Amino acid sequence: MSVKTLKIDGKDIAIESGTTVLQAAKENGVAIPTLCHLDGVSDVGACRLCLVEVAGSNKLLPACVTEVAEGMDIQTNTPKLQQYRKMTVELLFAEGNHVCAVCVANGNCELQDMAVLVGMDHSRFPYQFPDRPVDVSHEQFGIDHNRCILCTRCVRVCDEIEGAHVWDVAQRGENCFIVSGLNQPWGEVDACTSCGKCVDACPTGAIFRKGSTTGEKERDRAKLEFLVTAREQHQWTR
Amino acid sequence: MTRTVVIDPVTRIEGHAKISIYLDDGGEVSDARFHVVEYRGFEKFCEGRPFTEMAGITARICGICPVSHLLAAAKTGDKILAVKIPPAADKLRRMMNLAQLTQSHALSFFHLSSPDFLLGWDSDPATRNVFGLIAANPDLARAGIRLRQFGQTVLEKLGGRKIHAAWTVPGGVRSPLSEEDRQWIVDRLPEAFDTLSLALGLFKGMLDDQLKAEIGIFGEFPTLYMGLVGPHGEWEHYDGKLRFTDSQGTIVADGLSEDDYHQFLGEAVEPWSYLKFPYYRPLGYPAGIYRVGPLARLNVCSHIDTEAANRELQELRDRAGGVPTSSFLYHYARLIEILACLEKIQELVDDPDVLSDRCRAHAGVNQLNAVGVSEAPRGTLFHHYQVDENGLLEKVNLIIATGQNNLAMNKTVAQIAKHYIHGSDIPEGLLNRVEAGIRCYDPCLSCSTHAAGQMPLHLELVAADGRLLDEVYR
Repeated sequence: MSVKTLKIDGKDIAIESGTTVLQAAKENGVAIPTLCHLDGVSDVGACRLCLVEVAGSNKLLPACVTEVAEGMDIQTNTPKLQQYRKMTVELLFAEGNHVCAVCVANGNCELQDMAVLVGMDHSRFPYQFPDRPVDVSHEQFGIDHNRCILCTRCVRVCDEIEGAHVWDVAQRGENCFIVSGLNQPWGEVDACTSCGKCVDACPTGAIFRKGSTTGEKERDRAKLEFLVTAREQHQWTR
Repeated sequence: MTRTVVIDPVTRIEGHAKISIYLDDGGEVSDARFHVVEYRGFEKFCEGRPFTEMAGITARICGICPVSHLLAAAKTGDKILAVKIPPAADKLRRMMNLAQLTQSHALSFFHLSSPDFLLGWDSDPATRNVFGLIAANPDLARAGIRLRQFGQTVLEKLGGRKIHAAWTVPGGVRSPLSEEDRQWIVDRLPEAFDTLSLALGLFKGMLDDQLKAEIGIFGEFPTLYMGLVGPHGEWEHYDGKLRFTDSQGTIVADGLSEDDYHQFLGEAVEPWSYLKFPYYRPLGYPAGIYRVGPLARLNVCSHIDTEAANRELQELRDRAGGVPTSSFLYHYARLIEILACLEKIQELVDDPDVLSDRCRAHAGVNQLNAVGVSEAPRGTLFHHYQVDENGLLEKVNLIIATGQNNLAMNKTVAQIAKHYIHGSDIPEGLLNRVEAGIRCYDPCLSCSTHAAGQMPLHLELVAADGRLLDEVYR
């Protein structure tokens, strides 16, 4: 096992090669904000909240998909990064229709928590008010595209943990949206096993249990990691 | 020379409005109008949302009576689920509405209207408000504020927060009352009864004395009244059937279901107000003028099934010599209703069901078209939803209490203006009386202008002899 030595926020760290900067930081008590990262599934670097500064690189690098390298000198919380993170969260709010007051995830929403964390009190960007649909054709669950931040957690848990691959991303840029099956109503997708992992994975109120009202969404996110550990290591512990 | 006197904004009401008074060549009032100048749009932007969100969304129509839309939306949701909610949920929802009626009526009476009665119509407008009341009569002001606080706190204890508690849901409520909170209500009820007794005594004394004249001027005219009544014709605030009565107390229509509201209620529009003008359809517009709210509820019911409130109701009827028809008596009716609410809260806190956690029924979409009704502090409130097979809203119609009093409010304004205003010299105190005519109805304009779409414009040019000279539709 080869070990890399590096610095995160001035702290000397030695960690196994192949580890991501995000993991290395976490294991050494440095919290880096994330939205698209989910323990138990692969990382995609979609949300850009975990961007860090690495000495010698003129680009900001996403900690979740950047592997540690020998001699790296990483800063995770500079004024520049704070500014970018705040801007990123403001853009997420401006891009969708996020009405916390009536949302099923109000009080239990990672986007809401992130807004508080980065100190966002309003968006400096004009709200786009996109016209997006709600799909409640599934017997148990619904997806409200107004609240989707395209983190693709649902896509990854369904593919990598459940193995059903119900979800995908369609279109490009600002027109991107999450599709079920071949862009069918969710209720018509045979592949869906109604396991509810996407509900647990969703950071906002975009995917929810039908019948839930304001602030009623509950998640069991640790169950996802439990399933991965059970499958890969045959250890059924939580 | 003709002249228009504009009161803008109308003060001590919930929302934004103005009043125009039209004077003729001789300086006499020829007409007066109550214009609602704010605009919302809820009926339109709720389309496409799941019906389960409606309680949360429509509650935001108003923070003044934050429970009315929650209840109406939840009751409409119950019908979409096609469930009968558990007895505990029914009683808990009732308790919430009773608490709301208490806090909202206390706000209307003590905070908004009593400065006129206690400080005088012609007193300095700078102090003719709740702060002036605190200075002049601190004990009464404190009691009134604490009565409202009692209602607000019951709302908080039931729903977790005072305003827009997401506690009332289709199928029931989320949680029962805790034993600790039940005890809090029990402990605070005696003080609330004392405040009511004080206010009723004070107000009845004034009606015999300095406020006697107002009864005949502030909206004294015959109309129909509409409200919910219970199975035995008793006073009702949450469920039951709709009843219309007239100014002689005759029942015009009874046992009406909210499901058929479009058969007996029409909604007219006028180009000079964002507030619609509902009317009793069989009599047409505007002859189908009717009133809703505290006085209407007391007029349509045969009795109140609690002892003290029923005694007060009989006294009100005795004083009026039959059916009380003056809108000024809405204030009196509010106090009687608070008393009824307190008595009913007292009954409910002794009922073990309010502590039961079997308070929510779960179901899917079983009915695509549903109408819910409840009595808001200001009158009967209708929610009508049409959903697709998955429960997404296709159409929303909301008929709000204040809208239903719109015709009567306009008539009241004109009656008061014609009585008090003669010639071009108009003291401020007279204009205050015109505003106070509106305050009788405690209108909530935030609620009542929730509609969307283009206001149909119909302009009429009418000669002094009533001939129609020209008209334009847009």
